[in-house]
Amino acid sequence: MGRYVIRRLLQMIPVFFGATLLIFLMVNVMGDPIAGLCGDRQCDPATAAQLEKEFGLDKPVWQQYLTYMGNVFTGDFGTAFNGQEVTELMASAFPVTIRLTIVAIFFEIVIGISLGVLTGLKRGRPVDTTVLLLTLVVISVPTFVTGLLLQLLLGVKWGWIKPAVSTDADFGELIVPGLVLASVSLAYVTRLTRTSIAENKRADYVRTAVAKGLPRRRVITRHLLRNSLIPVVTFIGTDIGALMGGAIVTERIFNIHGVGYQLYQGILRQNTQTVVGFVTVLVLVFLVANLLVDLLYAVLDPRIRYA
Amino acid sequence: MPEQPQPFDDGRAINHTGAGGGTDLAMDEGESLEKTPGGPEGTGPDRKPRSLWSDAWHDLRRNPIFIISGLIIVFLVIISIWPQLIASGNPLDCDLSKAQEGSQPGHPFGFNGQGCDVYTRTVYGARASVQVGLFATLGVTLLGSVLGGLAGFYGGAWDGFLSRITDVFFAIPVILGGLVLLSVVSNNSVWPVIGFMVLLGWPQLSRIARGSVITVKQNDYVQAARALGASNSRMMLRHITPNALAPVIVVATIALGTYISLEATLSFLGVGLKPPTVSWGIDISSAAPYVRNAPQMLLWPSGALAITVLAFIMLGDAVRDALDPKLR
Amino acid sequence: MLLEVRDLHVEFHTREGVAKAVNGVDYSVDAGETLAVLGESGSGKSVTAQAVMGILDVPPGKITQGEILFQGQDLLKLKEEDRRKVRGAKMAMIFQDALSSLNPVLSVGDQLGEMFQVHKGMSRKDSKAKAVELMDRVRIPAAKERVGQYPHQFSGGMRQRIMIAMALALEPELIIADEPTTALDVTVQAQVMDLLAELQRELHMGLILITHDLGVVADVADKIAVMYAGRIVERAPVHEIYKAPAHPYTKGLLESIPRLDQKGQELYAIKGLPPNLLNIPPGCAFNPRCPLARDRCRTEVPPLYEVTESPVPRSSACHFWKECLHG
Repeated sequence: MGRYVIRRLLQMIPVFFGATLLIFLMVNVMGDPIAGLCGDRQCDPATAAQLEKEFGLDKPVWQQYLTYMGNVFTGDFGTAFNGQEVTELMASAFPVTIRLTIVAIFFEIVIGISLGVLTGLKRGRPVDTTVLLLTLVVISVPTFVTGLLLQLLLGVKWGWIKPAVSTDADFGELIVPGLVLASVSLAYVTRLTRTSIAENKRADYVRTAVAKGLPRRRVITRHLLRNSLIPVVTFIGTDIGALMGGAIVTERIFNIHGVGYQLYQGILRQNTQTVVGFVTVLVLVFLVANLLVDLLYAVLDPRIRYA
Repeated sequence: MPEQPQPFDDGRAINHTGAGGGTDLAMDEGESLEKTPGGPEGTGPDRKPRSLWSDAWHDLRRNPIFIISGLIIVFLVIISIWPQLIASGNPLDCDLSKAQEGSQPGHPFGFNGQGCDVYTRTVYGARASVQVGLFATLGVTLLGSVLGGLAGFYGGAWDGFLSRITDVFFAIPVILGGLVLLSVVSNNSVWPVIGFMVLLGWPQLSRIARGSVITVKQNDYVQAARALGASNSRMMLRHITPNALAPVIVVATIALGTYISLEATLSFLGVGLKPPTVSWGIDISSAAPYVRNAPQMLLWPSGALAITVLAFIMLGDAVRDALDPKLR
Repeated sequence: MLLEVRDLHVEFHTREGVAKAVNGVDYSVDAGETLAVLGESGSGKSVTAQAVMGILDVPPGKITQGEILFQGQDLLKLKEEDRRKVRGAKMAMIFQDALSSLNPVLSVGDQLGEMFQVHKGMSRKDSKAKAVELMDRVRIPAAKERVGQYPHQFSGGMRQRIMIAMALALEPELIIADEPTTALDVTVQAQVMDLLAELQRELHMGLILITHDLGVVADVADKIAVMYAGRIVERAPVHEIYKAPAHPYTKGLLESIPRLDQKGQELYAIKGLPPNLLNIPPGCAFNPRCPLARDRCRTEVPPLYEVTESPVPRSSACHFWKECLHG
């Protein structure tokens, strides 16, 4: 088990540096890192040269990257467009997005798994067909359309929710945005759980459990669910990173001042430090979530633990 | 996000997200009658052996979902080439005095915020979506399956290297990558968008192609061909490619739908296509502020987009059901 | 009689039609007795056993006719909850592939102990002690240390011992073993079979041994029922059947066993394919493959004839059993 963790950790390192380098290159080489620094005007050449020197932009890219990463590891993510520390922006943005992600994951688990178990056990019945069709529709409608429609219906037409989320962004306000963020993954969780349940339902060990005279409830919860949920847990875990990255759309629709909002501002104002900083953290979140999933996988499946 | 490469969409999707009540039955029977060689799944003398592909085609022709989604797609392709067939107006011909007006004779869907005809724009919007979807999928499939297929076939260092590269790409959320990359590109025709999708999308297909080739490579008939001294190129072309293709095609079809969705999302965020290109994503985005007074601006392009994506995803689903040997 | 199956019919409703898997099976087994059910794949031997256990997949499977009398009571008339209490406690089943039949994510101790928790209401701790006891009983070395391990950590033979332990946990009156040794190495097969037979004697249980392997049968069975296309075609005490089979199908099976004293001769094989259960041939289902077949066999379904010449009760579903017995 210990060696397994260490191996996974070691595998993470090149991926982390590869992904951040990729983003760094995109922003610094293809874009114009100082364009956003002189406000809306074009920088005059003297200022530009001075800024380039100040930010070390006259050095080779790999050196810039190393310097940046060196700073990041000492907790210095640089300065945002308005002179604020990027870390300050993060401190205000990440709690909001984390709350939003928690709401989304909650919906995935509660609604997605319940529907998946229900349809998996009733495979081929009308309930199953209906839910399956619904999931296809949810998957097909892009999140921003779902979001705009829900905002239109619940917020504008019926007035059940406020169309925009306040700066506090407490859990209550995030229910609908969280559902929107979760929608597509929720449909995938439903389908994945359904297939997994339906597949395992015919497994030999389930037949054994029935032959042992166990009550139906126990067969399902202790034998069937435990095995069927392994791939679902994996999916939900890896989805954490994707949800936080994808929150940008939801946050824009409901005007939530989270990670997506700050990133969007950073991109609009061409602020390199903000963009690279936030993406670096998101990549890290993705990798850590994946690592946790791998560990959880080993906890759930002894065949991996003792391999 | 539909645009995200879903982890189980990479190959395992073929086995895990099987849909369709009809075909499931076949599996149920097959298993409960596993000891019934003469049974329903049997190879009775009266049943001619068919190849995977002709068998799949046989199933597909009878699948209403396949027929419906196929017809929708054919229709979409036709109007994206000749939009004037069903829309006589010009999508850029706008009259500000008619802004936000509702439906009226000759303008069934009403007008948008700039006073353009929503119907005409919805019809013309198909072109961008279909173009992006088709070309991005083509690029991703070619690049991904060649790189992944070679990695699966040869293994070794190249395989290890490619696996690390795909890990790196998977670690970057697609929408973020799109925002960062496309915001620095000034040209806003469909081609940079397609280029971006190929750049960030190929690892998904390469993983599937790799897994598929490895599975096929282990089959006895491939081992036999190798033992009989078949050359590498002959093995790849005659034995591996035809048999490893099925999962790639299924995932590519479904991916096509998600690329269309991704294009709209990026356009909505303001980094995808930009006016004067006509695109559903742009129209949905520009409709957002007017939603209270003129919901038609939002609903029609959204509906068109959703139906298009749904058609491709359903098509992919139907093809998967037909090709998945586990279900037959 | 411990168990009596009477005129059992089972069908499977499939997309391509109705597969008649079991078509009127009668057999019985008494306490302490071993009945071997013999037949090829698809003969209905496993489906019959699943119907007896009450673990048939319904749908697509369906029992259309018949009775299953267990200690005089028709199991098919019981409510599901009462039926469940019989399963595991009074009759238990051993499956062919122990690796897939044991739950991969639960320790063997959990899976064994579960029997006591569910049926006897024992605590987790007590049931674990019972699990160790059971593992000792089926001679798994170091049971105390291994009780927390998972199925994949055991060898094939050990896993099958765990299956046997699970079946024996509540000392049932009847054990159904469905090809219990088929998945094992030849050297381990005999050990597992001996263990099963020994425990059966000790506990005086009825045993239904389902197999396609005539070699296994000879040593342990008291009587044999041979099945073909969902029917019993021959029923006899074990030594009688080896001496002189009264059905051409049984004869074919016996002749297709390789024998050392016939080295060099061509091995006999029953010609043709097993029948399609969606479309069973009219008359005697075996007629397309039978060397003795004639017109009557193609039209008239043979009943189970009493083999009158035999000193012990035996029967055969062949119109021409006499010919077969003497030929």
